[in-house]
Amino acid sequence: MAIAKPTPRPPLLEEALAHGGPIIVFDDVELAFDDKVILRNVSFTLRTGHTKIFLGASGAGKSTILRLILGLLTPDAGRIFVNGEQIESMTEDQLIAVRADLGMVFQEGALFDSLTVRENVGYKLDEELHWPAADVDRRVEEVLGFIGLRDFIDRMPSELSGGQRRRVAIARAMAAKPRILFYDEPTTGLDPITALTVDKEIVKLRDIEGVSSILVTHQLRDAFYVAEHSAFAEAGDDRRIRLERATPQKEDEAEFILLRDGRIHFEGNATELREAQQKDAYIAAFLS
Amino acid sequence: MIGKVGRALVTPPFYFRDVVEQFDAIGVGSLTVVLLTGMFTGMVLALQSGMTLDQFGARSMVGRLVSASMVKELGPVLTGLMVAGRVGSGIAAELGSMVVTDQIAALRALGTDPIRKLVLPRILAGLFMVPILTVISTAVGMVGGWLVTFSLLRVASSVYWNSVVQGLFIQDVWMGLIKPFVLGFTIVSLGCHVGLRTSGGTQGVGRSTTNAVVASSVAVIAVDYLVTQLLIVLMY
Repeated sequence: MAIAKPTPRPPLLEEALAHGGPIIVFDDVELAFDDKVILRNVSFTLRTGHTKIFLGASGAGKSTILRLILGLLTPDAGRIFVNGEQIESMTEDQLIAVRADLGMVFQEGALFDSLTVRENVGYKLDEELHWPAADVDRRVEEVLGFIGLRDFIDRMPSELSGGQRRRVAIARAMAAKPRILFYDEPTTGLDPITALTVDKEIVKLRDIEGVSSILVTHQLRDAFYVAEHSAFAEAGDDRRIRLERATPQKEDEAEFILLRDGRIHFEGNATELREAQQKDAYIAAFLS
Repeated sequence: MIGKVGRALVTPPFYFRDVVEQFDAIGVGSLTVVLLTGMFTGMVLALQSGMTLDQFGARSMVGRLVSASMVKELGPVLTGLMVAGRVGSGIAAELGSMVVTDQIAALRALGTDPIRKLVLPRILAGLFMVPILTVISTAVGMVGGWLVTFSLLRVASSVYWNSVVQGLFIQDVWMGLIKPFVLGFTIVSLGCHVGLRTSGGTQGVGRSTTNAVVASSVAVIAVDYLVTQLLIVLMY
């Protein structure tokens, strides 16, 4: 069975959403819970194959943006386009079709605690895509190998460390080869070495698998690592993956958005963010 | 939620494996507690009614009283209360923890509708397993009544079982079968509803569990009254 083929798009849409095309668009989105404004006039575009990195203090609305894109929340105003489809007024059944092309790594992993690592990672392939068991097993082993956790395939989530849980969550999100991946605080609470492992997985998925991604974090070190590094598959039979400092052109494909009180306070690449701290006290305080 | 469950019942996908798992968890898992409740209720009913009936020299009528009480009222209600305590709380706790640990959001993100995957199988299990548990509880209650009547009240077995049959009318049997369908649906729906609305971390899960047990226990008694009144108007 041919596995992991993304859902086909109409040819014109495929052309429009090719590398650099607007794969996710937020247009003047607003959201409030009762009197508390969460997002105000938020507009941005994620381009195919690029990364958006959302920074901001706790409660600034970073995770809310991911939930809006997934259709887990509905905005009060504004428009959201995902893969060329306007989603904010869709029904749950229509959203399920949109989510087929999205993968999400939740804070703390959100692994199903009654299922093994194998069942968690293969959940979508087995339960929703109804792949034959042998194909599911093959793909599960492939993605667990990619994140270096093949030996943990029969463990329960409770038997994994925090870092391993996040990596299994990444494996689960990427198993069905979505075109877009979201990471919600994937390194929060992890030690620096484990966090770096997770960062490398994010870079590898973007540069080797061509996944467009949105990273929500307040871990600056991880954010800059993802923005300023590239992954390459070396020539040869084993196609070893090498990570190195990104070229300036590649760096431009990772953009930072700093949220402050529900508004976009800064938008630009890593170099521009570093430069902005000279002129902006809030950015300086945030980066210090 | 009920509307969504109705739609999930008649449109694909249908998670058959989860339905079977819930039939086992709710039905087979509740069997012990329901057997014990039914048995002791039948026994104590025979003991108490035996003492009262003795005052009128009617000890031989114990079977009639046990069967009528168990089939029409105590079987459905006590089974409902036991299931509310065991299953209602379990569902609220399980779904509640899934909500606070983002597992429900993860399910939706993976393209699964939680109503189809989690709620519908539990409601189907409640709908069909509570009546079966009620029949078992009622039958065991009558056997418990027979044990006490035969061994302590010294009434012959044939007299007891004749009295059991004489005390039952077809309307009573229908009442005893219809009530648990409604009770099963009510208990499980409340458990799912309360569980899926959980907020506030682990403290919220505890609160949801308590709320589910209290709400479904009160609902069992209230729904029992309403269904009884309706069935009396329709059948008697």
